[in-house]
Amino acid sequence: MEKDNLEQPMEIICVACPKGCRLEARREDGEILVSHAGCKRGKQYAIGEITDPRRMVASTVRIQGGLHPLMPVYTSAPFPKDQIFRLLDHLRATKIQAPVKAGDIVIKNALGTGIDVVASRDMT
Amino acid sequence: MSINHFDAVIIGSGPGGLAAAIAAKENGAGSVLIIERDVELGGILLQCIHNGFGVEIFKEDLPGPTYAQRFINQVAGLGIEAMLDTMVLDLTADRRMTVTSKTHGYQEIKAGAVILAMGCRERTRAQVRLPGTRPAGVYTAGTAQRWVNVEGYMPGKQFVILGSGDIGMIMARRLTFEGAKVERVLEIMPYLSGLTRNYVQCLQDFSIPLKLQHTVKRIIGGDRVEAVETVAVDDRWQHIPGSEEIIPCDTLLLSVGLIPENELSRQAGVRLHPLTGGPIVNADFHTNVPGIFAAGNVVHVYDLVDWVTQAGYTAGKAAALYARGKQDLPARHISTTAGENVRYVVPHHFDPIHIRQEELSFQMRVSRPIEKPVWVEALAGTERITRHALPYSRPGEMITLTLKPEHLQKISIIDTITIRIVER
Repeated sequence: MEKDNLEQPMEIICVACPKGCRLEARREDGEILVSHAGCKRGKQYAIGEITDPRRMVASTVRIQGGLHPLMPVYTSAPFPKDQIFRLLDHLRATKIQAPVKAGDIVIKNALGTGIDVVASRDMT
Repeated sequence: MSINHFDAVIIGSGPGGLAAAIAAKENGAGSVLIIERDVELGGILLQCIHNGFGVEIFKEDLPGPTYAQRFINQVAGLGIEAMLDTMVLDLTADRRMTVTSKTHGYQEIKAGAVILAMGCRERTRAQVRLPGTRPAGVYTAGTAQRWVNVEGYMPGKQFVILGSGDIGMIMARRLTFEGAKVERVLEIMPYLSGLTRNYVQCLQDFSIPLKLQHTVKRIIGGDRVEAVETVAVDDRWQHIPGSEEIIPCDTLLLSVGLIPENELSRQAGVRLHPLTGGPIVNADFHTNVPGIFAAGNVVHVYDLVDWVTQAGYTAGKAAALYARGKQDLPARHISTTAGENVRYVVPHHFDPIHIRQEELSFQMRVSRPIEKPVWVEALAGTERITRHALPYSRPGEMITLTLKPEHLQKISIIDTITIRIVER
């Protein structure tokens, strides 16, 4: 499942805290080595970024009968980074009907990831 | 015409206003009214659809509208009144307001206490003096954010963003999500003005180039922006000849800072601080005008919404006590002075009674980045009251210093404390 290309050391700016350490990750004998991390969380962040990078995704879907034409939505958990644009295409094709409550599921198990897309607010 | 009376009136329903209304009600204000010029409560949070809100208060990573919704629900549950789509035209020092709206008409309102929670406005093209033609397609980042996230308009297809503030970077990602091309983000300073995590997740993730020490030399276009000419600058912001580049684009977004919105405060005689642009306040966020309080970005621009909420709670509680006649007038003022490397400190002054029983936090911004370990120190004259260590200090990240009851003795006879940041 690893599709990382770590023959060259990779620079990663850590966002585990606001400090923004510049980490360097490389692979040696199949193991990922992280240097310049200011703390343990930095090392974990770098490994996560290499093996399974994910991001929270927030966007909008169209809504009918609501105060505004758009409903803000977000993923219930960080979403695989390489599938974000597929998810966005899916959201652009989605249309829902008001009223909606914050936390209502707009798309269940999006793209088979097990992650839901939920409404960010109430809209009537 | 009848005058409506409320114990506490809050102007603005962003995070500061919502928290102030809740705290005012919970601390005994019988009638609480929020006046909001938009058609719904929530303020700018409603267009900030990205995550990152609530990490301090809820220990959750929420989108802006979700964060707002929690407070809106609380406001409704507490029986706080709201006048929506309503503009406050005038505020006097004796806390009378004239307001107008389509649904409520023209009204006069009198308040036992007023909490100013109008937030900020964005700096515009005129305020950063960008040369060139004056075509359509030059917008503030927040305006574009409202169109893209709430109203459903894309303001362009090919963008350049001036300013590396958080809203600018977040819009770079958002526009990319919606199929636009963001050619680059320009920043006149030699460092990022927003948070590092936004650089990583909004620019680096989508290979959007960030050019530090670059600005717009000229806007090009007739009816519509056709390109911008960018230029590198030196440490004194002087253009470096020969570094010009023409970047074709149809839209230029400006993310060049926020200015607290204080027209109403001025009308009421509230004294403003020259550096923050917001009211001068004490530890209760009480302004110089008795009974007029201020909370949130109207005082100074915060990094995190959670801190705006905290400020709202403090102001709302104090306003309720004032309206009930239960707040003693300050016995003594100690002013806070911004020392070495500190641009400003909030609160600007305080009554030492505040640290008799509980802690009091001061918030400040540094004037320049120091990428080395520093001390944040509070001094009474030349004597150090307290200090704490930080690994670095940056203008984009607010710094807090806390005074505790044990420090009371050291400040008992002085009338000013100085807060400074020095290298360790």
